[in-house]
Amino acid sequence: MNKNKEKLLNSRYRAEKRFQFYGKSAIFLALLFLTIFIFKIFSTGYTAFQKTWLIVPVTFDAETMYLDENPSKEDLKDADYFDLALQTMFDLDKSASEKQQNDLKRMVSYFFEREIKRELLNDPSLIGKTKDVYLTASDDLDQVFKGNYPRDLPEDQRRVTDYQLKIFDQLVEQGRVESKFNLSFFTYPDSREAELAGIASSFMGSIFSILVCLVIAFPVAVLAAIYLEEFAPKNRFTDFIEVNINNLAAVPSIVFGLLGLGILLAVFQLPRSTPLVGGITLSLMTLPTIIIACRASLKAVPPSIREAALAMGASKMQTTMHHTVPLSMPGTLSGTIIGLAQALGETAPLILIGMVAFVNTIPGSPLDPAASLPVQIYIWAESAERGFVEKVSACIMVLLGFLIIMNLFAQIIRHKFEKKWS
Amino acid sequence: MIKINSKNVDVFYGKKQALFNINLDIEENQVTALIGPSGCGKSTFLRCLNRMNDVIDICRVKGQIIINDFDINDKSCDVVRLREKIGMVFQKPNPFPKTIYENISYGPTIHGMAQSKNEMDEIVETSLKKAALWEEVKDRLHEPGTGLSGGQQQRLCIARAISVKPEVILMDEPCSALDPIATAQIEELIDELKKDHTIIIVTHSMAQAARVSQNTGFFHLGELIEHGSTDKIFKNPENKRTQDYITGRFG
Repeated sequence: MNKNKEKLLNSRYRAEKRFQFYGKSAIFLALLFLTIFIFKIFSTGYTAFQKTWLIVPVTFDAETMYLDENPSKEDLKDADYFDLALQTMFDLDKSASEKQQNDLKRMVSYFFEREIKRELLNDPSLIGKTKDVYLTASDDLDQVFKGNYPRDLPEDQRRVTDYQLKIFDQLVEQGRVESKFNLSFFTYPDSREAELAGIASSFMGSIFSILVCLVIAFPVAVLAAIYLEEFAPKNRFTDFIEVNINNLAAVPSIVFGLLGLGILLAVFQLPRSTPLVGGITLSLMTLPTIIIACRASLKAVPPSIREAALAMGASKMQTTMHHTVPLSMPGTLSGTIIGLAQALGETAPLILIGMVAFVNTIPGSPLDPAASLPVQIYIWAESAERGFVEKVSACIMVLLGFLIIMNLFAQIIRHKFEKKWS
Repeated sequence: MIKINSKNVDVFYGKKQALFNINLDIEENQVTALIGPSGCGKSTFLRCLNRMNDVIDICRVKGQIIINDFDINDKSCDVVRLREKIGMVFQKPNPFPKTIYENISYGPTIHGMAQSKNEMDEIVETSLKKAALWEEVKDRLHEPGTGLSGGQQQRLCIARAISVKPEVILMDEPCSALDPIATAQIEELIDELKKDHTIIIVTHSMAQAARVSQNTGFFHLGELIEHGSTDKIFKNPENKRTQDYITGRFG
């Protein structure tokens, strides 16, 4: 009898140990995948925050700019810098053939003319003098400098010619190539040229979409939740509504995209590709999430608080507004932020309503066409050029950072403002 | 003098009948204790008196409960006005998760009983003094009421109930979550409060009923078995079941 008991006890201990082992391995596996994922993103993406510049001596020759003597500021603004810019690049190798001259021109971004112009406008006294100017290197040379470009491929399979590499190596030797923090990644809109592409338009697009989503979804969801939880009679009809709100939360997001396309764009003729339409579509998606979070936190308010208020002679409305709703707000708000974070990461519905269009302006309002961060990732991931590979990872890093901050905020609200009752 | 007069009160939860034909008169400015084993319906009856059973969807109340010549189960009865007159203290202390001051001022605020901040301060002070809590909390009126000890919280709830100067105070096992010292303080308080208020208290403790009440009603299985002066019920009960319960033979 005693032996049997011992055996039973031992097997119970073994079962518990086994269970703990399973749990630990599950957590280890999850962390492993997360680490691999983050490592991959960071190792591919961190180079995108650096940008390669060629430091080229520019001789601001008034003649090449077709300027008269003593030009005014207006003259400088209207002057033609193209020939000056071309000449600057050609001067890197005075003996270059016509084909090689073409290669020289392609070593910098097509913004080179603007970059030279900006330099002169900053300091008009440069006319007639020579100064080293920072020019954005082409995306291919940028990748060469970062070591991401396979130089050992045969020339006809490369976008960088042997001649360009030769000149570039000379410049590197002379210390005329420099890597600096890539501010334009955050301040420029999207571009077909990887070296000039930035996330400004998609970032603003995401912010506007989320704001529209918040303004629409939050009040509607909170009112619906309060009514359903506190006022609605419990009968078959309200049960039916509850089931359908839960169903709505499980509807694939692309279906909401189709709804936006079919109703907001086709019937109401709202402007295509705008954060307004994106935000409305996303708010349909976020609505059930907030309703469920709000109802759950209303349910979590102890009935004793409601009874206390009612027994004091408060009406149903006063009980709800003075006690139940304020107490449920931390939960509701953190649920809302989590819903918005979900919406922020949503791609499919935005593609359907046209926020996938190539937008190279920064939106100033929800009515301007814009992309959004996840869609930007999708657009760049589709691009063939090597320069976009690091950009995809960098954009993912920005999006993840955004999401982590939002979730952190939700946690803080929950912990800081949640009232503890005995 | 009779304060509350209940006639043929039946209560149903869905199809299940919880109270059967209760006829009980409550004396003004006295303490009436309702005793009986768990589930006998004494709390249900108490909750009929300020219509707190309205909160429960499936609950139906029949019969008449007459307070000040007025049937509170009548359609024309305004629940808000009724609950202003009939306060309630619950089993578990349930202060609002707000400051001590706000806990007391809530009732007077929603009923518009104070015209100025001074008046409100006065109401808060007198309520807390009546509840014998003033000395303990006068320096921390703006700290959360949930930070008080269990006994203090319950006295805060009593102060909250008397802040609107109710005629009747219902107490639903107010000491069941408290230690003996806190219980003694509350019992003393009840004795004090009966000068201005009519008190009805549900209790599981026979000793408590004997100590604080002048009248006692004994409930069993949804029926009012016997009621009368506490002395008579405890020393010379008419019904066998009352006697068995009081002497601890069941319950």
